Amino acid sequence: MNTMVEVMDKASGAISSADLANSEHSRVTVGEVTVADPRMTCRGVDVWYGSKQAIKGVTLDIGKNEVLSMIGPSGCGKSTFLRCLNRMNDTIDGCRVTGAIRLDGMDIYDKGLDPVPLRAQVGMVFQKPNPFPKSIYENVAYGPRIHGLTNNKAELDELVETSLRKAGLWNEVKDRLDQPGTGLSGGQQQRLCIARTIAVSPEVILMDEPCSALDPIATAIVEELIDELRANYSIAIVTHSMQQAARVSQRTAYFHLGDLIEVGETNEIFTNPQHRLTEDYITGRFG
Amino acid sequence: MNSQASTGAQPRRAIDVVNASLKRRYAKERRFRLLGATAVALGLAFVVLLFADIIGKGYTAFQQTYIQIPVTLSAAEIDPKGTQDPDAIAHANYMALIREGLRGLFPEVTQRSDKRRLNALISVGAPQFVRDRVLADPALIGTTQALWILADDDIDMLVKGNIDRAAPEDSRRVNDQVIGWVDRLAEQGRVQKRFNTIFFTHGTSREPELAGIAGALMGSFYTLLLTLILSFPIGVGAALYLEEFAPKNRWTDLIEVNINNLAAVPSIVFGLLGLAVFIGFFGVPRSTPLVAAMVLTLMTLPTVIISSRAALKSVPPSIREAALGVGASPLQTQFHHVLPLAMPGMLTGTILGMAQALGETAPLLMIGMIAFIVDVPGGFTDSATVLPVQIFLWADSPERGFVERTSAAIMVLLAFLFLMNLAAVLLRRRFERRW
Amino acid sequence: MQAWTLILLLLVTMAAAYHLGRKRAITSAGGVSQIKSLHSLPAYYGFYAALWAGIPALLLMGLWIGFQDQIITSLVAASLPPEMTAGLSEGRVGLMINDIKNLATGNIVSAGVTPEIQAAADQYSRLRSLFTWTMWLAVGALAVGGLSYAWLKTEPQMRARNRVEGSIKVIMIVFSSIAILTTLGIILSVVFESIRFFDRISPLDFFFGTSWSPQIALRADQVGASGEFGAIPLFTGTLMVSLIAMLVAVPIGLLSAIYLSEYASRGLRSIAKPVIEVLAGIPTVVYGFFAALTVAPFIRELGATLGLEVASESALAAGLVMGVMIIPFVSSLSDDVINAVPQSLRDGSYALGATRSETIRRVIVPAALPGIVGGILLAVSRAIGETMIVVMAAGLAANLTANPLDSVTTVTVQIVTLLTGDQEFDSAKTLAAFALGLTLFLVTLTLNVIALTIVRKYREQYE
Repeated sequence: MNTMVEVMDKASGAISSADLANSEHSRVTVGEVTVADPRMTCRGVDVWYGSKQAIKGVTLDIGKNEVLSMIGPSGCGKSTFLRCLNRMNDTIDGCRVTGAIRLDGMDIYDKGLDPVPLRAQVGMVFQKPNPFPKSIYENVAYGPRIHGLTNNKAELDELVETSLRKAGLWNEVKDRLDQPGTGLSGGQQQRLCIARTIAVSPEVILMDEPCSALDPIATAIVEELIDELRANYSIAIVTHSMQQAARVSQRTAYFHLGDLIEVGETNEIFTNPQHRLTEDYITGRFG
Repeated sequence: MNSQASTGAQPRRAIDVVNASLKRRYAKERRFRLLGATAVALGLAFVVLLFADIIGKGYTAFQQTYIQIPVTLSAAEIDPKGTQDPDAIAHANYMALIREGLRGLFPEVTQRSDKRRLNALISVGAPQFVRDRVLADPALIGTTQALWILADDDIDMLVKGNIDRAAPEDSRRVNDQVIGWVDRLAEQGRVQKRFNTIFFTHGTSREPELAGIAGALMGSFYTLLLTLILSFPIGVGAALYLEEFAPKNRWTDLIEVNINNLAAVPSIVFGLLGLAVFIGFFGVPRSTPLVAAMVLTLMTLPTVIISSRAALKSVPPSIREAALGVGASPLQTQFHHVLPLAMPGMLTGTILGMAQALGETAPLLMIGMIAFIVDVPGGFTDSATVLPVQIFLWADSPERGFVERTSAAIMVLLAFLFLMNLAAVLLRRRFERRW
Repeated sequence: MQAWTLILLLLVTMAAAYHLGRKRAITSAGGVSQIKSLHSLPAYYGFYAALWAGIPALLLMGLWIGFQDQIITSLVAASLPPEMTAGLSEGRVGLMINDIKNLATGNIVSAGVTPEIQAAADQYSRLRSLFTWTMWLAVGALAVGGLSYAWLKTEPQMRARNRVEGSIKVIMIVFSSIAILTTLGIILSVVFESIRFFDRISPLDFFFGTSWSPQIALRADQVGASGEFGAIPLFTGTLMVSLIAMLVAVPIGLLSAIYLSEYASRGLRSIAKPVIEVLAGIPTVVYGFFAALTVAPFIRELGATLGLEVASESALAAGLVMGVMIIPFVSSLSDDVINAVPQSLRDGSYALGATRSETIRRVIVPAALPGIVGGILLAVSRAIGETMIVVMAAGLAANLTANPLDSVTTVTVQIVTLLTGDQEFDSAKTLAAFALGLTLFLVTLTLNVIALTIVRKYREQYE
């Protein structure tokens, strides 16, 4: 499949006003879009599906060891934006990304950049749990195996165990590692997918509504897990639920029809939104 | 790539391991991709090879060699009584006249065996064409005409360059003497390749130069027509019932399973069925389009039913609800609304089923379609053969002249199949609906 | 010919009945202005009358034609003087009946015509024309009777639409049952003849014998007329040709399906896919011609330059060409099952940083494996049942060999050989063809059932 990703070459460096004014739809986002210690920086990102613009000039940072949640009504572009961060949009025909997205200062849309190692650094967890039709062990071992992260069986066993432990799943599955991953419950499947992602030691984990297919108890477990993972990873999570955003994230970004309307400390956003659209959404006037 | 990503002094970061393994992984990726591309290329190459082979072998069959010979249509031989009675004219010995003319061109040939070889330049079927000429125009009697006479298949092959002149004399079908004669005739402008009308107007024959596909084509036509008449209503009726009316019970499940399995039963088994049941039990006459069509109907029914059901499925339920909502009966709903919308899809499936039937050979061998039938059939109960069986029979003949005719017959068959598939594609495209 | 005339006449009668029925309905309602008092539209009364006039008559005609030959034959056979049939085998009597029929229809007769035969032939002709005339009368009477019944029944309260629709439904049910009847017909035709075959040749000898040479029994008393019917060489020959075919078709078909669905650009896919599928539309007789006249000589010459002994009709040539024929079959089935693998699995793999080939080999193919296996089983079943290629390119010699350069024969080739040309209907040779047909049918049926079950389960898994 051919992908059409247009790259705007930009010198890497600090944020300039040119960066910020890059987008024609230069809606000024309310709140502080940057952080002091960013892991990923996005500057004036536009995304097009064919002739339809899905994301309009978004500028946003993801800090180290923080959970950034993205909220907004459906179709607002939050999932699209998330998929730009590890170039998963490459697999969609006719999708075009402009602007600059950098991971640790490295432009991930650079012509020479290879999405394969990038995705090892920026992992992703999907809306619907998608374990491979293999055993639990093989699901977790898949990433390390293809990347050659371990040298022998013992190391791999250890890596699988630590990953499953970090995902809080070890105790539940340690006796049946050879059973198919598709046989687990929904919440377990999702944690298996998280373990699978952790196993390749990413720096950033992207989560696309990871709890929308789960029941409340499983959701609570996964949310707790997300909070624990913050110690080692930067996490960007798209969620439909404002409560979830409030529970798990430190910063929240509100998207509306492809625009990034407002960014801020999660407490601030939910208690004292600055923009009228944000307020309408949070108070339930639409969405 | 990632040069700035790992400057720190940390012990082995995962990303470094990943980057280190990339070269090896991409080499694998390229190999795999190459493998896939090779497979596609092979598949495409087979198609090209097959067509190139058939066309390369067969295109010459559309031309046929004729030799110009001055033939004296002497009244003494053709019409001694001068009555112009067609019956008398038809029974004259035209071969003798042709041979006489031919010998006139080669006065030096006197030996008996040489004469026989000289006579063999001419097709044994040549006199009938001269006779037809004379019957059509009796005024020719008594004149000398420079007639183009049908050449024997060996001569035809020689002229078309299918006989290797460099080969040792005793290993080829024509000897040096005959080659000398033909070359001399060619120098005199007496050898010509003309469009091979015989191929399209005659039935089969033991002589390649007289063999044509008209009989097989008509046989195929009658067979296919009857197959269509039988399988279309039955297929559509069955599909309509199974898709729209049948209750979900064991009986309909059984029918479903049956149809799916029948679609995968080897065609030759249908031939056994035809032989034992239609011919053996019901006494349907062997070798006829009638019995062939019955067998092919059973064979193509699964195709027709499955595609018709798919066409019915693609009609949205809202159409049915709308019709039922204004008080139409279920059957009226189907016949007035659903069936017309599903018709293009059903026709497409039926055409594809007919194409399958047109190309089918094996079951027809069982029910006697391989009889040697020279006459062009004139109805459903005349003995007949069909085009693919004719191809099979010719492919078995040792004469080189039949090889090119077999290929040419294949080209004709493929042309028909191509047209049918084209019709199906166009039909689908013309009426394709997005609901 | 007369049958066609009668069918045409019946169709005309039906058309007439339609008009009569329609008119009658309108009249019975009291004229065009009173149509509303009819239960159904007038056309339905017309259809009702047409159905009554046509369907019973057509049914009777079908039955009559289907069975008249049998009845006449048994009548003629029964009337033969007993001294003529005494001491003759069933087959010889059959041959005699055939002669009588041929004499009656003016065809060539194999044996000399005795007065008894002539008399029987005359009787046959007499009975035939008698039956035909009776049929015309009976069918005609039934048509008129049906029409009259409909005529009498037609009145405004008659629920014509419901009745017509009811009959149409019955007709549709009959049509759908033809699939069952076909299967039943296949089973009956092969099973009965096979039973007769196994009466003469023990199933053990048939299924485990290693020598196959069905003699051409010119005379019943000929030495060795019984022949040898050990089918093992046929089975091994079939397996070898099928195996070669699968070795060609599976890698090429599967890999090209993978390449076209996962790698190829839209442009290449839109061209290459239909072009490869052209191979599926080419009649098998064309492949047979290609195998016999191009591939086999090529392999033989190639073998000669390499110093190998290659038979002029080798298993390799037939198998290779059969493989080419099956490529599109494997590739389109694989394409279907690969596309049925959910996108989410691909996403999951790519998101971990897998390359395309890693995703394909480690995620997509394992996930699609049941479907692929099912497809391959269907392809095997097709290879086993394929006839024309092997008839034209594999040969007749029943060699028990493992050398693909040798000539082998297959089950289908032998069925064709045993059943084409002149035959006595119940010689062991002919019956053997049905026993082979039964074996072929059972094996392919089993393969199909397994394959279709696997594929269905696979589809359900991802629905």
